[in-house]
Parts: sequence; structure tokens; C-alpha cells
Amino acid sequence: MRLFVSEGAPGCLPVLAAAGRARGRAELLISTVGPEDCVVPFLTRPKVPVLQLDSGNYLFSTSAICRYFFLLSGWEQDDLTNQWLEWEATELQPALSAALYYLVVQGKKGEDVLGSVRRALTYIDHSLSRQNCPFLAGETESLADIVLWGALYPLLQDPAYLPEELSALHSWFQTLSTQEPCQRAAETVLKQQGVLALRPYLQKQPQPSSPEGRAVTNEPEEEELATLSEEEIAMAVTAWENGLESLPPLRPQQNPVLPVTGERNVLITSALPYVNNVPHLGNIIGCVLSADVFARYSRLRQWNTLYLCGTDEYGTATETKAMEEGLTPQEICDKYHIIHADIYRWFNISFDTFGRTTTPQQTKITQDIFQRLLTRGFVLQDTVEQLRCERCARFLADRFVEGVCPFCGYEEARGDQCDKCGKLINAVELKKPQCKVCRSCPVVQSTHHLFLDLPKLEKRLEEWLGRTLPGSDWTPNARFITRSWLRDGLKPRCITRDLKWGTPVPLEGFEDKVFYVWFDATIGYLSITANYTDQWERWWKNPEQVDLYQFMAKDNVPFHGIVFPCSALGAEDNYTLVSHLIATEYLNYEDGKFSKSRGVGVFGDMAQDTGIPADIWRFYLLYIRPEGQDSAFSWTDLLLKNNSELLNNLGNFINRAGMFVSKFFGGYVPEMVLTPDDQRLLAHVTLELQRYHQLLEKVRIRDALRSILTISRHGNQYIQVNEPWKRIKGSEADRQRAGTVTGLAVNIAALLSVMLQPYMPTVSATIQAQLQLPPPACSILLTNFLCTLPAGHQIGTVSPLFQKLENDQIESLRQRFGGGQLEETFDLKAKTSPKPAVIETVTTAGPQQIQALMDEVTKQGNIVRELKAQKADKNQVAAEVAKLLDLKKQLAVAEGKPPEAPKGKKKK
Amino acid sequence: MAAAAELSLLEKSLGLSKGNKYSAQGERQTPVLQTNNGPSLTGLTTIAAHLVKQANKEYLLGSTAEEKAIVQQWLEYRVTQIDGHSSKNDIHTLLKDLNSYLEDKVYLTGYNFTLADILLYYGLHRFIVSIIVTGFFSVVFRMIFKTLS
Repeated sequence: MRLFVSEGAPGCLPVLAAAGRARGRAELLISTVGPEDCVVPFLTRPKVPVLQLDSGNYLFSTSAICRYFFLLSGWEQDDLTNQWLEWEATELQPALSAALYYLVVQGKKGEDVLGSVRRALTYIDHSLSRQNCPFLAGETESLADIVLWGALYPLLQDPAYLPEELSALHSWFQTLSTQEPCQRAAETVLKQQGVLALRPYLQKQPQPSSPEGRAVTNEPEEEELATLSEEEIAMAVTAWENGLESLPPLRPQQNPVLPVTGERNVLITSALPYVNNVPHLGNIIGCVLSADVFARYSRLRQWNTLYLCGTDEYGTATETKAMEEGLTPQEICDKYHIIHADIYRWFNISFDTFGRTTTPQQTKITQDIFQRLLTRGFVLQDTVEQLRCERCARFLADRFVEGVCPFCGYEEARGDQCDKCGKLINAVELKKPQCKVCRSCPVVQSTHHLFLDLPKLEKRLEEWLGRTLPGSDWTPNARFITRSWLRDGLKPRCITRDLKWGTPVPLEGFEDKVFYVWFDATIGYLSITANYTDQWERWWKNPEQVDLYQFMAKDNVPFHGIVFPCSALGAEDNYTLVSHLIATEYLNYEDGKFSKSRGVGVFGDMAQDTGIPADIWRFYLLYIRPEGQDSAFSWTDLLLKNNSELLNNLGNFINRAGMFVSKFFGGYVPEMVLTPDDQRLLAHVTLELQRYHQLLEKVRIRDALRSILTISRHGNQYIQVNEPWKRIKGSEADRQRAGTVTGLAVNIAALLSVMLQPYMPTVSATIQAQLQLPPPACSILLTNFLCTLPAGHQIGTVSPLFQKLENDQIESLRQRFGGGQLEETFDLKAKTSPKPAVIETVTTAGPQQIQALMDEVTKQGNIVRELKAQKADKNQVAAEVAKLLDLKKQLAVAEGKPPEAPKGKKKK
Repeated sequence: MAAAAELSLLEKSLGLSKGNKYSAQGERQTPVLQTNNGPSLTGLTTIAAHLVKQANKEYLLGSTAEEKAIVQQWLEYRVTQIDGHSSKNDIHTLLKDLNSYLEDKVYLTGYNFTLADILLYYGLHRFIVSIIVTGFFSVVFRMIFKTLS
């Protein structure tokens, strides 16, 4: 027989591995053909590898060829193997060919590649870990292992695409990769070039249609009803019967919360919001709200929990904002700190402390860490070229320069980072830089600065990551970003700035400089804790006893995963480092981005004006939490989810369960006599509850919310099938059945109220008050479903929990927030700013004002011409030119024209 | 034809008396069979092969290594190619390829009727009734006719 292969055809890997595994390759002739050669006479489209049998028949399916080799050796395939092969052909292959195409042909990276196969990889991992066998179809290797290994090898041989949290997949893959036939096949096909060896073949292929073309999706995955064993049912019944007895005593509340030896001590931080802006919904879900759910969950588990956050207040942005509003930086910080605190209070965020970074503690701790780094030789001095705006007479902080990204060409890249490609930028590398305040072109000047010697700390960082990452719950994006930073090699990073509003640098010659915020902002967590308790070191210098969870959006990963750990490791003071770095993707607004300047999107302070309760916002934001991929806020979807999931599913179930108790049983929970069907329901609920725990322990907040909704769906179905409202009018047995169904249902409602607590604290408390749930059961969630409302328990008054959202209400909100607040924002700016020069636009002016401006422009134009004619001092000319430009800009705005872009500085 | 209906039809033609219940899973509505003595089975061809074994008609899966591999190849073709494509062009190419393959054959494996013929027939049925019949695909029709008889 003859095997036709082609350079870089991925199918050759499993085929060669199977050939090697099942038999010697002796009788196998191998011919190499071009990727577009048609070998099989009856197939229109080219296909390799192909096996031509001695009978003249062709096998053109990769799995069929592998199967044939196995069959020749006498190995038959069982149902499970067949199932894996069918899954490989129908589910894995489409996803995988898309991923390989993106990677090899389109040069995409990271989540763009991994995104399309993640679901499939997770499925394999779960199957392996569930059946607890080393191989796919059981204790021994089968055809399925070879075929799947061969398909996955080109992608997974790059560790960046083998997510570490999929540990079962990981060890399965390693086991197979070390086998001799597999190794040989890999060498033959990939020729040690890695996945790029596939390029000659793949680039001749049409682009596969993306299997998960919906990049942004808010839809839940399929729910599968698990099968239950007798044992599981029996265990669920026993736990249920033990009821309230099995609840441990409630932990006494401490103030301040401090780590306790022998307990699980959970320290939770949310990225510190920058003080000069009002946070939008994307900011809120990205850090504070996500961290809040986990903090509340952690307390429900009776873990000793401290949740902290605060406003990040230093930096140029604050200085500029202060200038704009005619206040001092301190006044700006005070003002916005309150705005932030109010917003989070409205959203019911359960901080133990919400502090700020402009405190003496911040200075003390930052300077201490700096001194330690300095004496240990981890700080370098160097001169840097920095952009200085002559017109504003100051060095420009990175985020106050805009220009063209040197990497991807994005036109509006900021001086520190490009929003498009996400790469960090050195401001002087920006092409066509512009001062963000006055739009003039800054000049490069050199100035002395301090640098954190990251290359010197790289090895320690890698060691620490090597210890920390395996088995931890770092999100895949956090792992990926950290790993790619390390792969590119760390560079020294500048940690000082020419500013006043910041932590002073305690070093001679640097008196007029402050620390750059990204060096000291992350130290804010420590100083905020220090302001909360003088025993802060028990949290922050206690890595053995403290589990640190840090929540943020993915753009913050480098500072928490690389920079701060490097500072802390270099300071050698036994700091507590992040155990679980939880990063979200981005939340979009409708079909675009949230934008303060364009007035698009819902911002924290406006959410409360919508008349929609905080808990509904919480629910929806958590339901669409950008976990694993970007997601989008949509008004229509909010209406839909409120009316379907909350009103019709959850609210309806809980209300019905309570109403039956009030209406049919006088408000007392009836006797329950469980039938086998009820016991199965108990076990199903228990299973879902355990899933909820598993997910939340892994901080998969969005997925765990689905478990709550699934349980309430089970509950609704249960009521619907058993019809207690009919049975209550029937025979004695019927009435008893109605009692059991009602009692079980109201207990499920009680369980749901506790599970819901992290997500919707107010609704949770309302349900618990309606059901008069005994206090310890309100605050503790075990892994088993207990009967917390025993027969005879009296409940309170039951009333509906949710309100329907109407189309016209939502439509008017969409109108209002979809760019509608534009005027309002500008009005505000015009009122508060004393300097019209920095306003992007003003409200339209009357003809008189326009005339006055025109006169001024003419006058100023003459001044400039005169100065130039006299060959006056350059700086003087520049200053007058700037004035002229300002006037022209104001005039343009007054006339309702878009401001003219300064010549040669901005290309559109 | 939904997968569940197709499998019930297969059960009948295999002479299996007890009708199984199937659920569907995922976007593609992949059929799932809950077996009594073990985990559930997922996937049309997987379940079909399982039913064939249950009915003690293993010969429908092929008798030699070559036949077995060929049967599985066409079963895979059924679920990836026939079920996966819907554009007129794709269907045309697919029928043309099959027609040309069957030129010198009675059944997909040659001379023996197998599960592959049954499932391909079921799968092609929807095209054949929905497109205009031309004499071009005579061989495919011959196969279908034989399968039916």
C-alpha cells in the first residue's frame, strides 16, 4: 500500500504515529505530493494524506487510515473510541483547523487562536478528569488517543496554547508526546520548526469557516442533565435530613479582620480605580463587582475574608483635571473619591475598607520598598529622552501624549500603551506625537530618571511563577499575558516622573521628582490596609497563611503579574504575592466601546438614575461578565434577561413556592414525605450546588450564576409536573403530595436565596425575610442541600421580587445613553473649566461672539507677523502662535465647524 | 430527518424491538443515547454502530479490516460532509464525487451492503427530494434504489 503525504499536511501526524504504533512501516511506501494534487480519482477537491490500498481502494479520511493500521494489528474499536473519533471529526476538527489557520497563515496569537478551541480542549480535559483514567477510552491507550493527539500536537506543542489549568489534558498530552512513535511522527512532520512547518500546506487551503464565529456571545452553554448513581441520591437524602443541625456556628465578626492561624485567610483586592474619572459599567464589572461576588462568596464559606479597594489618586491626570476644574489636586481627589465611594455603595459593594493612595502610609511603604530595592542594587539611574511640551511648560506624562502607534500604526495610541494592539509604548517612540492638552508637538529633552532593573529580577520572577501558577486559578488571559512578557524578555522600566503630585523620591538629586504611578499604585493595596489596621503586615508579609486574590481587567495584568511581584521579590521582605490573578476581558457597550468623550455608555453615577435597581444591574453585568471572551452590554438583552431569567424563571419559582405555603398551608411549611422522584430532585439540586461551588472556587463567576438559574428551572419544572394547586383539592394522599412538593420547593427557594447572595444581596435578603430563614442558614453555604425550613416553620409575607421591564422604557434609556448625554457632558465642562483652551467644544455662540473672536484672530495674526518680521525670540513667537491657534480653534467651534487640525501633526 | 427519527428507523430495520429514547445536544443537535448499563453515547454514527452490534449484525460494519475502515470512512463522510454542507455548490460537488465513486460499485464497500449505505441513504434523502432530479446522478439513484429494496 502507498501513503500519499504532503509537506506540512496536519493529517500526516496521526497517520504516521498510528502506522508507527500499530505496525512497522516496512510495507508502507510513502509518496510526497503537492498540497493541491488530486490523488483520489473520484474526489473533486485535493485531499492528503491518502492511503491507496493494494486492492486499489482509497482511504482518504485521516481517522479511517489510522483505524485501518490498528485493525491490521488486530485491535478493534469499542463504542467509546468510536464516540471520540466522531467527536474529533465533527467538533474538534472544525475548531482546530480554524485555530491553526489563524496561527499559521494569519499570524494571530493568544486568545484569538485559543478562543476557537478552548471549548474543545476543556471538553477533553473534563472527560479525562471525570473518568479519572489516563487515556481517553479507559486504562489503556486506544486509537482515539493517537488520532486526537496527532490532531492537537501542532498547536499544543507550544506551551502557550496548552492552558495549564487543564491539568488532565496536560498530563495526557505529555504521556503521549513522549512515546516513541509519536515523537518520530512529530519530528517527521514538524521538522523541529514547530507549528510553522504546516504553513506550506495550510496557506493553500481555503480559510475554514469559524466554528465559533460568534466572537461576542452572551448565550449560556447547553445544560446537560447528569445521570445519578444510587449512592449520590442516598448521600443527598442524608444531608437533607440532617438539616440545620449540620450548620457550623457562625464565625464572629472581627474588626479589624486579621489573618487567623489554621483558617483559610482570603485577601481580596480590586484594581484601584483612577480617581479623575467616573467609572463606567465595564470598569465596574471588570474589578470591584467581580471581586465583590467572590468576597461575599468567600464569607458564605466562612473563610476569613478581607476585601479592600480604594482610589488611585496620584499622577498627571489628576494635576490636569485639577487645572481644568480650577481646584488643587487634593481637592480633586477628595471630590472624586466621594463620587467613587458613593457609586460603589449604591452597587452594594461589600468592601471592608475603601481607601485612597494619597496618604502618609503610601509614602512610607513606597519609600521603604524603594530603599530596599536601591540597597540591593535593583535600581538603575539613567538619562532619558522625554517629551516636553513647551507650550504647557512641562514634561508630558505618557498618557498626555497621543500619536501613531510604532507597532500597529493605530492613530490614537497613548504614550504608555496602545489601545489597539495592547503593547506598551515608550512615549518618545510614538510617531507624530501631540500634547493631549494643547495639541502642539512636544520636543524631546533629556532628564535623569530611576529605573527598576527588571532583567536582574527576571529569574526570581520565573521561579516564583513556576511555584505559583500550577494549580492556581490565574485566568488564562493573565497567564498568557505574563508568559508573553517573559518570552519577550523584561527590560528596565522607568519608575520616576517629573511631576509634583506623587510620592516623593527619597534620593538626592531627585527632589523635584515623584514615583511613577505604576510603581507605587500597586503598593496602594498595602497602604490602604495599613490605614485600615496598624497590623497590616499580618496580611501583606504573610505568604504562608494568606491567599491573595487580585481582580482586574486584562490591561492591568503586567503591573500585578510582573512589575509588583518583581518589586516585592527584590525588596526581600517576605511580601504576600498574588496567588490568583483574576483578569476579565473587555465589556463593550451595544456594538461599540464605552466612551466618556463621546458620551456613549452607562457610567456608574447614571445607573441609579435609570430607575433600575442595583441588584438588576449586578445580575445583568455578572450574567454577561467578560469571562474568557469579550462580551457586550445590550439594552435589549438586559430587558430579555430580566424578563425571562429573573421574572419568569427565578422570581416566578420563589414566589410560587412561598405563595403555596401561605395560601394552602396557612404560612407553615407542611410535612414532607419524599418519594424516589423527590429524592432524585434533591440529588440533582445537590449536584448543581456542588457545580456552583466548583465554579466559584475557580472564580468562574458568570458560569456559577447559570447554576442558580438551572436549579430554579428544575424547581419550576417540579412544581409544573406535580401541580400542587390541583392536588390540594384532592384526596388525603393528594393533599400530602401537595404538601411535600410545596415543602421541597420552598426549601429550594431558601437554598437559592443563599446562593444568590453574592450576586444580588438585596434580593437575597428580601427572600430570606419573606421566608423567615433562620439566621445561620442565611450566612453559611455548605456543599450540601439541607432542609433549612423544616415542617412547622412559619414563613413571613410573600410578595413578588422582580418587575417587568417594558420595551418603551428600555428604548428611551437606549436613546438617552447611546451618545445622548453628549450635551450634558459638555455643558458640565464648560461650566467648570476656567480655561476654554482645553475644552474640546463649547456650546454654539451668538453672532456677536463670533464677530469678536474674528477680530481677535485678526489682531493676534498681526502680532505674530510683526514678531516674525522682527526676528524675535523663538519662544516668544511660539507662544503668540499658540495663542493664535487657540483663538482660531475657538472661532471654528463658535461657528459650529470642527476645529482645524494643526498642520502636519495629525493625519486622518 | 432529525437524528432521533433516523435512529428509530434504523432500530426498526435492524429488528430491534425495544425503542430507545434519544435526546439532542448542542447546536448541531447531536443525538444522545442513554444506555442502561453504562455511560451515555453521543453521536449519530457512534450510536448507529452500537445498535448494529446490539442487533448482532456486526457484518453491517464490514468483515475485513479494509471493509471496516471503509465503512467508518463513509460514516464520517456522512456526518462531516453531507450534514455539514448546505450550499448548492457543495451539494453538487458532493453528489458528483459520490456518483463517480459508485460508477463501478454496487455498494459503498463494493459488493456488501453495510451501515454506511444506510446512513448515506438517510443523509442524502433530503437533498434528493429537494433538488431537481437530473439523469446525471443515475448511479447514486441506483444505490438508493438498492438500499430501499
